[in-house]
Amino acid sequence: MSDTSSISAARDPHVNFAYLDERTKRMIRRTLLKAVCIPGHQVPFGSREMPLPYGWGTGGIQVTAAILGPTDTLKVIDQGSDDTVNAVNIRRFFQRTAGVAVTTDTTAADIIQTRHRIPETPLREGQILVYQVPAPEPLQRLEPRRSETRTLHGLAEYGLMHVKLYEDIARYGHIATTYDYPVLVNERYVMSPSPIPKFDNPKMHRSRALQLFGAGREKRIYAVPPYTAVTSLAFDDHPFSIQRWASACALCGAADSFLDEWVTDDRGTRMFVCSDSHYCATRQARATAPEPSHGSK
Amino acid sequence: MNAVAGGTPLDLHAVEPGFSDPPLASQAVFRAVLNAFTRPGQIQRVPSDAQHPSGAAPAAAALLLALLDPDCTLWLAPRLAHGSAADWLRFHTGCRIVSELREAQFLWSDADQMPPLEQLPAGSEFEPETAATCVIQVHALEDTAGWRLHGPGIEQTQPLTVRGLGEAFLTQWRANHAAFPRGIDLLLCAGERVAGLARTTSIEG
Repeated sequence: MSDTSSISAARDPHVNFAYLDERTKRMIRRTLLKAVCIPGHQVPFGSREMPLPYGWGTGGIQVTAAILGPTDTLKVIDQGSDDTVNAVNIRRFFQRTAGVAVTTDTTAADIIQTRHRIPETPLREGQILVYQVPAPEPLQRLEPRRSETRTLHGLAEYGLMHVKLYEDIARYGHIATTYDYPVLVNERYVMSPSPIPKFDNPKMHRSRALQLFGAGREKRIYAVPPYTAVTSLAFDDHPFSIQRWASACALCGAADSFLDEWVTDDRGTRMFVCSDSHYCATRQARATAPEPSHGSK
Repeated sequence: MNAVAGGTPLDLHAVEPGFSDPPLASQAVFRAVLNAFTRPGQIQRVPSDAQHPSGAAPAAAALLLALLDPDCTLWLAPRLAHGSAADWLRFHTGCRIVSELREAQFLWSDADQMPPLEQLPAGSEFEPETAATCVIQVHALEDTAGWRLHGPGIEQTQPLTVRGLGEAFLTQWRANHAAFPRGIDLLLCAGERVAGLARTTSIEG
């Protein structure tokens, strides 16, 4: 895996810059501006057919295509990894259609498109995190009618969601939701953080980066500006808590990152490793690099 | 290419050119506007090689050129409506110019001709995204001293000095801010500079 492969590929001259036509981009851009001005509110948009099926990140790709410029450096991750099929293909798609530089380095990226994780490395001002969202409506499982959920959001009537969390406590003794854990944005809108693990929820709170969310099939865009309050719903006597692991990462030794469980043979042997591939690789490289004070070999 | 929606035929010799490379220029202008709303009160430079019409601040003209198309309605304050700005935008974007404030998605005005905020469409509790975006040309913008802004996008406090807005503005803005999630979003333009005021932004005068 190359660390900062800021290679600028030649752009395919047969498609418009970043694939989408200009009128579609303008529509998405106007939607994005309203989404940023109303943090956490889902704004409908005219989602287009993309050259890949719904569920593969069409919402995120459309948002990225609308904001991307020729001087941006793009990083794409899928479940924290730069190397999975979805991430590799989306990265190649934008190399081909926009000719942009790509990277796996979280700190070097201007735009990071993500499926279901927030990088472990803290984001900085000026970065944009684009989420791929399968189900943007946090109330959908509780109230399937869009006309009703729109009213509930309009009136900030979120009792249903609290009842759901309470039923978890009544049944299991704790809130059993571990991913796509609902958040309250800017003390007004209940929002789906997309299916990130609840481990990542605290990273959204007053993040330095702009966070944009695109749901292609459900045709919704929403946003969280930097330095905006994002609180995970909870109760006073059942406060929000994140996942903890008994072990550290087997590859880099990190005790502060989100770990995936890997089964390594057919006798049930398993190990826990960082889900964020760049974070893990950087830590491993640092651990094997010679100490600068000892001089070089 | 762009059909002219109004009745009067255009004198094409009098229409100033737009962007030389529309896809890339629109993207750069959009990012400046996105930054303006992402970090309210922080001044952004709007890059543009379009020849803006007379009476137009370059930033205001460029951002409307980048964002409007035939899906949009635009209300123009009298001075801009009677100048070449209306023809320029109609020709390049195909947007619909409307005379009723409540039909406008976008408004473009000099600060002294700005209609009161409460008369503009602010969306509904259920569809707050239908609220208007108001582009106001002011005399000068500085992100030092003056107002102290708070809200999403601002770490602590963002200073902003705006020259040219009337005394009544702050009172109108307080009511606009208090109506959240309804409310108007403002883009203040001076020369090539733009600063955004999202409806979530509170202003201490």
